[in-house]
Amino acid sequence: MTARERVAGTVANYVDERTGAAKWMKKNLTKVFPDHWSFLLGEIALYSFVILLLSGTFLTFWYDPSQREVVYDGSYVPLQGLHMSAAYASTLDISFEIRGGLLMRQIHHWAALIFMAAIVVHLMRVYFTGAFRKPREFNWIIGVGLLTLGIVEGFLGYSLPDDLLSGTGIRIAEAIIQALPVVGTYLAYFAFGGAFPGEAFIPRIFTVHILLLPGIFLALITVHLMLVWYQKHTQWPGPGRTEKNVVGYPLMPAYMAKAGGFFFIVFGVTAFLGAVASINPIWLYGPYNPGQVSAGSQPDWYMGWLDGLVRMAPPLESHIFGYTIPWNILIPGLIVPGILFTGLALYPFIESWITGDKREHHLLDRPRNVPNRTALGAMSLTFMLVALVNGGNDIIATTFHLGINQVMWFSRFAIFILPPIAFAVTKRICLSLQRADRELVLHGRETGRLLMLPHGEFVEVHEPISPELAWKLTAHEQAPALALEDVDDRGVRRAGGLKNKLRKRISQANAETIAKPTLNDLKEIEHH
Amino acid sequence: MRKLSKLRRSAFASPLLLVVALFAIGTTFSVASATDKTELSVDQRSAQIAEGKQIFLKGCSSCHGLNLEGSAIAPSLIGVGAASVDFQVGTGRMPVADLSQQIARKKPVYNEEQTAALAAYVASTAPGPAIPNDSMLNYERDGNTAEGGTLFRTNCAMCHNFAGQGGALTQGKYAPTLMGVEPKYIYEAMITGPQAMPVFANKTVTPAEKLSIIKWIKAAENEPQLGGAALGRVGPVTEGLLVWTLGLGLLIGVAVWLATKAR
Repeated sequence: MTARERVAGTVANYVDERTGAAKWMKKNLTKVFPDHWSFLLGEIALYSFVILLLSGTFLTFWYDPSQREVVYDGSYVPLQGLHMSAAYASTLDISFEIRGGLLMRQIHHWAALIFMAAIVVHLMRVYFTGAFRKPREFNWIIGVGLLTLGIVEGFLGYSLPDDLLSGTGIRIAEAIIQALPVVGTYLAYFAFGGAFPGEAFIPRIFTVHILLLPGIFLALITVHLMLVWYQKHTQWPGPGRTEKNVVGYPLMPAYMAKAGGFFFIVFGVTAFLGAVASINPIWLYGPYNPGQVSAGSQPDWYMGWLDGLVRMAPPLESHIFGYTIPWNILIPGLIVPGILFTGLALYPFIESWITGDKREHHLLDRPRNVPNRTALGAMSLTFMLVALVNGGNDIIATTFHLGINQVMWFSRFAIFILPPIAFAVTKRICLSLQRADRELVLHGRETGRLLMLPHGEFVEVHEPISPELAWKLTAHEQAPALALEDVDDRGVRRAGGLKNKLRKRISQANAETIAKPTLNDLKEIEHH
Repeated sequence: MRKLSKLRRSAFASPLLLVVALFAIGTTFSVASATDKTELSVDQRSAQIAEGKQIFLKGCSSCHGLNLEGSAIAPSLIGVGAASVDFQVGTGRMPVADLSQQIARKKPVYNEEQTAALAAYVASTAPGPAIPNDSMLNYERDGNTAEGGTLFRTNCAMCHNFAGQGGALTQGKYAPTLMGVEPKYIYEAMITGPQAMPVFANKTVTPAEKLSIIKWIKAAENEPQLGGAALGRVGPVTEGLLVWTLGLGLLIGVAVWLATKAR
């Protein structure tokens, strides 16, 4: 035993005698995780969150969350002598007076954009591979909660500097609150402590931004990860991988090194962006003034779809019993997002209702093998993309020399027409890919070698694929549609006719598939 | 030295010095206050107007009418003033190349002299805003950047964007970028209100305030890219684009690389 081992052993023993950690660590440090690049997408979000905590803490040292009026006398000449809020002035000071302040501000903002983008791609991975199925429904709901809170948290951060752009954003948020029938005006007054803009809002959202929401985030992320730990990570199907095991590498040392290294890479990329690309140049926007607005005022991208929906809404308004109901804000600003996020959160339950599948799943689906789910995902993404594009309709109009009205009218139709087209096309592509898989298993790989037979016929030589690949292409199960009879065994019509009819119909569409090759198919081919 | 001292006490010394001093002051003043454009004589002016009329009849009258009365496709030019002509012709917007939603800036068709002649001709038919001369455009001396920024954000930013990059208007019209636009043309645009732009009369925005706005625009134009690449200064759209392409592209690339290495 070398001296170093002896020292390490003594320290480890000292800690173990006092905490009993050895047994726990022995079990958990060897915990096995499957390996695939798509399993690292959630980690990007996790590491961005850590970066947000660190850089955000730095910013709180100098940021002054107050709408008290001050006169700017800092070093940025074009604003010298102007009246502005202490919040804006202190953000300018962070940018121009504090060493490294601008870099930190930019890292914080880029990290927020990366955080949200990573959450979205992580959600897409979980959705398209069916990783949300039993037993992971709760974790899916927590994830949707994190996404929703992330949008709110990002918007509050965007609002804190109290520059012209963020003030415009707050004004729109106020308008959306006011759009709620009956209670809207009161809620807006409560939130702002009086009429807009008031002096209460920024201090309030500061507390929510740095205390309440990060606290909830930490709690939810902890539960999210604990559930991953407890339920084990899902894995791709492959030889030797079943619903009862996990094939991969142990946490220590492989994943410790990888995850640790990946954190620094995420930090590096974020710092790189913060160093080379300007984000939210608040000194150009100027201090907020309710009488001013800039062309091309936009929210950050994760709110852009919401702005896009509001921008494309036709001017509809009702007056009922002296109350104004602004449908043009209510529908795109509250009702549609409400439906979208509720549907997203409930999706695991909706799918299990359609398929009738109540079993546990730890093996992932290849997206092509579940055409309806994949097509629904493509449809939702198309919807969001059209909305997002319309959110930047003015920038698109000037960049591509189009009319802003043309872009808006395109979006108004596209939001209804393109998503169903995306559904149909994606479903066909999935079925075609299934067909290609079937061909590959049955006839093998095309080698590109041409053979001339004695009687002059040319044939291409096909090579059988490896057993591993054949397994991968045929491991999935193909469940038939739910056998939902309209009448029960005694010939009586079942209750809930319409609901059953709908369920039957969707279940049938859901089960549409290209039959995967069976052993008999293969044998038959070999006979030829 | 003695000779000089003697001369100094001579009876002619005071009047002579006075004459010399007056001459020096007068010369300095005339040099200092001289403008590069000498005032035209009456004859030269009428010749210029005549030349302008000839250019107008050849190049402009088919749309604007033989007597500047306008037509179905072009406005009347009576009373638009020399400033309007100088702006439209000097920036190449007139004569128009294509009658689309908005007439864009292009290489001028007429040279400076022809433009001046056209302006003089149009101005001779009815009074209107004059071309600001150089002494009226000394924004470095007479403008205030911070005040100009506030005025810009109040009056200009809603169309031209917070940093003067331009923006979209309805039905395919747009507010053009203000970057690289000569101070004279910015000033003329404010007093004449070309195309979709409103007129900012001197009672609304005083000449001094106009110079402040110009000074702020020039400050924004010359401002170094403080936080790194400016991404077009159009707000969060380009930032979102960069995050989804470069940012996430790099990170997903690294994720793929990390997962491959283990095999």
